Amino acid sequence: MQAFAYASPTTLKEALALLADRWGVADILAGGTDLLNLLKDHIHTPQRVINIKGIKELGGIRKTDSGLRIGALVTVSELLASPEVRAEYPALIQAAEGIKSVQIRNMGTIGGDLCQRPHCWYFRQGFGLLAMKDGRSLVREGDNRYHAIFGNQGPACFVSASSFGPPLVALNARVKLVSAKGERELPVEKFFVTPQSESEREIALRPDEILTEILVPPAANVRNATYEVRQRETLDWPLVTASVALTMKGTAVASARVVLGHVAPTPWRATEAEKVLAGKGLSAAVIQKAAEAAVTGATPLSRNAYKVQLVRAAVRRALEAARPKA
Amino acid sequence: MPDYSWPAPEKRRVIGRRTNRIDGFVKASGRAKYAYDIKRPGMLYAAVVVCPYAHARIRSIDTSAAEKMKGVAAVHVFDGSAPGTEVLWAGWEIAAVAAETEELARDAARAVKVEYEVLPHFVNEADLSKAKAAGRVKPAGEKVTGDPDQAFKEADVVSEGVYGCPVICHLTWEAHGQVIEWKGDQIEYWPTTQAVSSIGNELAKALGVPPANVHVMQDHMGVGYGSKFSPDRWGIACAKLSKQTGRPVKLFLPRDVEQMIAGNRPSHYARIRLAAKKDGTIIGWESESWSTGGMTGGGAPPIPYVFTNIPNQRLNHTAVQVNAAPQRAWRAPNHPQASYLTCCAMDDLAHKLGMDPLELFKKNADYTARPDVYRWQLDKAAELIGWKKLWHPRGDKTPGPIKRGLGIGVGTWGGAGHLSNCRCNIYPDGTVEVELGSQDLGTGTRTVIAMVAAETLGLPVGAIRVKIGDNRYPFSGTSGGSTTVGGVSSSTRKATMNALEKLFERVAPKLGVKPEELEAVNGQIQVKGDPKKAMAWKAACKLLGTEKISEMGQNDPKNPMGLTTGGVGGVQMADVSVDTETGIIRINRLVVVQDCGLVINPKTAESQCYGAAHLSICAALYEERIMDDITGRMLNPDIEFYKVAGNPDIGEIIVHLDIRPEHDKRGVIGLGEPPVIPGIAAIANAVTNAIGVRVPYVPMTPDRVLAALERRSA
Ligand SMILES: Cc1cc2nc3c(=O)[nH]c(=O)nc-3n(C[C@H](O)[C@H](O)[C@H](O)COP(=O)(O)OP(=O)(O)OC[C@H]3O[C@@H](n4cnc5c(N)ncnc54)[C@H](O)[C@@H]3O)c2cc1C
Repeated sequence: MQAFAYASPTTLKEALALLADRWGVADILAGGTDLLNLLKDHIHTPQRVINIKGIKELGGIRKTDSGLRIGALVTVSELLASPEVRAEYPALIQAAEGIKSVQIRNMGTIGGDLCQRPHCWYFRQGFGLLAMKDGRSLVREGDNRYHAIFGNQGPACFVSASSFGPPLVALNARVKLVSAKGERELPVEKFFVTPQSESEREIALRPDEILTEILVPPAANVRNATYEVRQRETLDWPLVTASVALTMKGTAVASARVVLGHVAPTPWRATEAEKVLAGKGLSAAVIQKAAEAAVTGATPLSRNAYKVQLVRAAVRRALEAARPKA
Repeated sequence: MPDYSWPAPEKRRVIGRRTNRIDGFVKASGRAKYAYDIKRPGMLYAAVVVCPYAHARIRSIDTSAAEKMKGVAAVHVFDGSAPGTEVLWAGWEIAAVAAETEELARDAARAVKVEYEVLPHFVNEADLSKAKAAGRVKPAGEKVTGDPDQAFKEADVVSEGVYGCPVICHLTWEAHGQVIEWKGDQIEYWPTTQAVSSIGNELAKALGVPPANVHVMQDHMGVGYGSKFSPDRWGIACAKLSKQTGRPVKLFLPRDVEQMIAGNRPSHYARIRLAAKKDGTIIGWESESWSTGGMTGGGAPPIPYVFTNIPNQRLNHTAVQVNAAPQRAWRAPNHPQASYLTCCAMDDLAHKLGMDPLELFKKNADYTARPDVYRWQLDKAAELIGWKKLWHPRGDKTPGPIKRGLGIGVGTWGGAGHLSNCRCNIYPDGTVEVELGSQDLGTGTRTVIAMVAAETLGLPVGAIRVKIGDNRYPFSGTSGGSTTVGGVSSSTRKATMNALEKLFERVAPKLGVKPEELEAVNGQIQVKGDPKKAMAWKAACKLLGTEKISEMGQNDPKNPMGLTTGGVGGVQMADVSVDTETGIIRINRLVVVQDCGLVINPKTAESQCYGAAHLSICAALYEERIMDDITGRMLNPDIEFYKVAGNPDIGEIIVHLDIRPEHDKRGVIGLGEPPVIPGIAAIANAVTNAIGVRVPYVPMTPDRVLAALERRSA
């Protein structure tokens, strides 16, 4: 890795003062489970690394009237151990359970999870986020078995790697982003973006901002679940995931959010599936129809059409998991 | 000369007992030191610069910036990488930098400026027509036996299929590398190797120094799978950096470079046709196979495998050249692939005949070298997996997305002992040492040596000091071809018997008998069959005064004297479940039935089978070197997308060692490789049995499984 200056501030204010207003100058270090790989592989070559783990206010899970406040530094293990999360947000627990490595669970934070870089193998080998070479898309023309089947009309064909992105979008969560100039809140759905040029990023975070917390609305009446299709039981990336959040009215779905992971440069709302579910009971036929609707508009690349079928399976299984037990 | 033969089964006290590894504790506690752990005073760390292109010509190498960096001690340009050199694969070693720290070395390696003229490359051989179009094929010619045309004309049934397994990497958990300290004319060498006794000689030759001046040391090593016999270019570079700087140097390959250049197993693809009679008797074989092992192409797989005597064969093979580092021996070279190709073709034939594949395999067992062994093993495996109850014709008809199936694979291997010398020292205080220039790759070699010595000397296993891993001990062969256990057990048996004979000579007069009337049991030397007429081991050794007994024993592969032999068979059966909605395969059980002669330590022998089964599961479901057509690079030189099975992925592995008396009396036979052969075939056939359609290529990843299912419904 390239040599860098290192700071370990203990307050948010100090940390913010160390950030720069353009990418590439400073990198935030949380658990480091992704950042260290990026540094070692020279994908990131910052001048400064700012360790935020010493900032107390970025930790902790708190239940408030407006829902759950999850500090950016909360680790996957802490999330798994939280009774508040367990009580209302199985979709988050199931996503966390999918991260099979104890070491990653203990070190990896939820903020880092949302901000981690894509794992596209061309990107990680130094061909850039959009993986263009001599005007050719390496992904489109090369090996795209793990790449996007939705939202891939532009130059970006990688998939968002975040395990928590899909359930948080489904649960309609928001993130708080703070800079020295002020703070703002964004729905998680808007936090993930599809870059159109090599200079853009896949998240709406600005280079001078820190993601400080995640706010998840109450979900007492929201049946929610995540289903991940992983080839291996051991540490592995999901091939496709589906998170669903169903606001119930009696036994019927009043409104639904169905969000797919590992299929697009962002977590992907399957709005056609949501429409199928709205106002209906969760019969096997409805679930089947929703699963089928979820693949509407898929544009697989040369080697990843199999993911279309995985979407059907994941949506069906997530809905079955969310369905109230008879 | 003493009678070296193994004690009769009923007389064995140590051999044949489940025995814990004598180095289990140091390994479990982290005290075992591997080459990577060696830290010498003043040691420098080296990093390598490799070529990022699959095919290029080196225009220039500028090391000046790296040399000027603070903390950099030396930069070495690899022999065979001078400007003008044509680089034939990505990962080709260009230069190595030695620096005060690992980090500095890596930074300096990046500062080495290499200019290339990039040349066209070809990296994927799976599609033979593309390889032909690229001019990368070398047909190996046709081999015909009998009259295949006539056989196919006479056949009641002809089946045909295409099958393939890709190149996989060795992925040795301990990376390739070494520490070398070149002081004056002496070279201290800590490699990670399968060849303690010979690797130093090879290094010496490359460096032009006397072999006697190279001292090789290796206490423990973290597997080689056939890729760690030679010092390699990085070993030579490490030595030269040490000479250049006058300091010890540590050079290990990083995982990505390791994956690219430190070993791979060739691919094998084949279109196979089988001709058979209605009753299942195979009467003809035709195959067109192709494979790659890098730029040299790939050799023909040994097919038809096991059923070698199938009559009327026509074999065609094409070697394909790709711009990738050369293949290396991989645990039973070419056998797992050949087993996969043959057993899948036979399974498809059984289906076409409407026959249970178990019956087809048994029916044709006369084409194997050991029909009775295979028939017995097929029945045993069938019994263990519950074939009668669970097998069904292709396509599990139970409702729901999860389909279950069973499948068969077979294997064969040699495994006779290599040339091995052992010295046994008995000291006046009763201490026993056995010294061999051998190595324990993690297989349990140390423990086996201790057990043989303990058995022979009538002592507990813990009383034996096993000294291996040093080329100053008597020469012992490399650990390849499953030859180690046969070699070291036989040489240890002889050395310890020879030493014991010397001890008997001292004891005999004291007990008033002839030396040949004595035996060593239960920690004492006694008159045969009479424990009362005895002398305790320590008292006996005391008779040596100030002398020590030091006796040699040798396993001569040309005359193994019945202690070791070769030739084993194995049958494996897999029980899998396939999720037909996701294409994900789970292993329920893998039954391993294996003969391997006389088993010294059943526990570590079974461990070999577990480990081998694990690797078969990796290859059947996950492992694949993925090469990028455009960039010519390996896309998964890591353990993130180069996937291997974790413990939750392997299901239950059931091992049955076939140790019937007729095998026991053949002597010791190696087991390192045989159990890694039949698994892929067994799993592939089980998947086919479950879902009713063949997934033609391994690894059987969800995309391939779903594509096969789609073809079935189409
Ligand atoms: C073996 C392995 C397996 C993995 N498996 C999974 C998996 O199954 N699912 C999954 O989603 N991920 C997985 N990851 C990726 C990653 O490690 C985790 O997502 C982890 O939670 C990231 O958190 P971290 O705190 O370690 O992030 P870091 O590595 O510290 O940071 C990651 C990125 O986010 C930025 N960042 C971190 N925190 C903030 C913040 N508060 N504000 C602004 N920017 C910030 C950093 O600058 C950096 O760019 C895996 C990683 C590895 C190495």
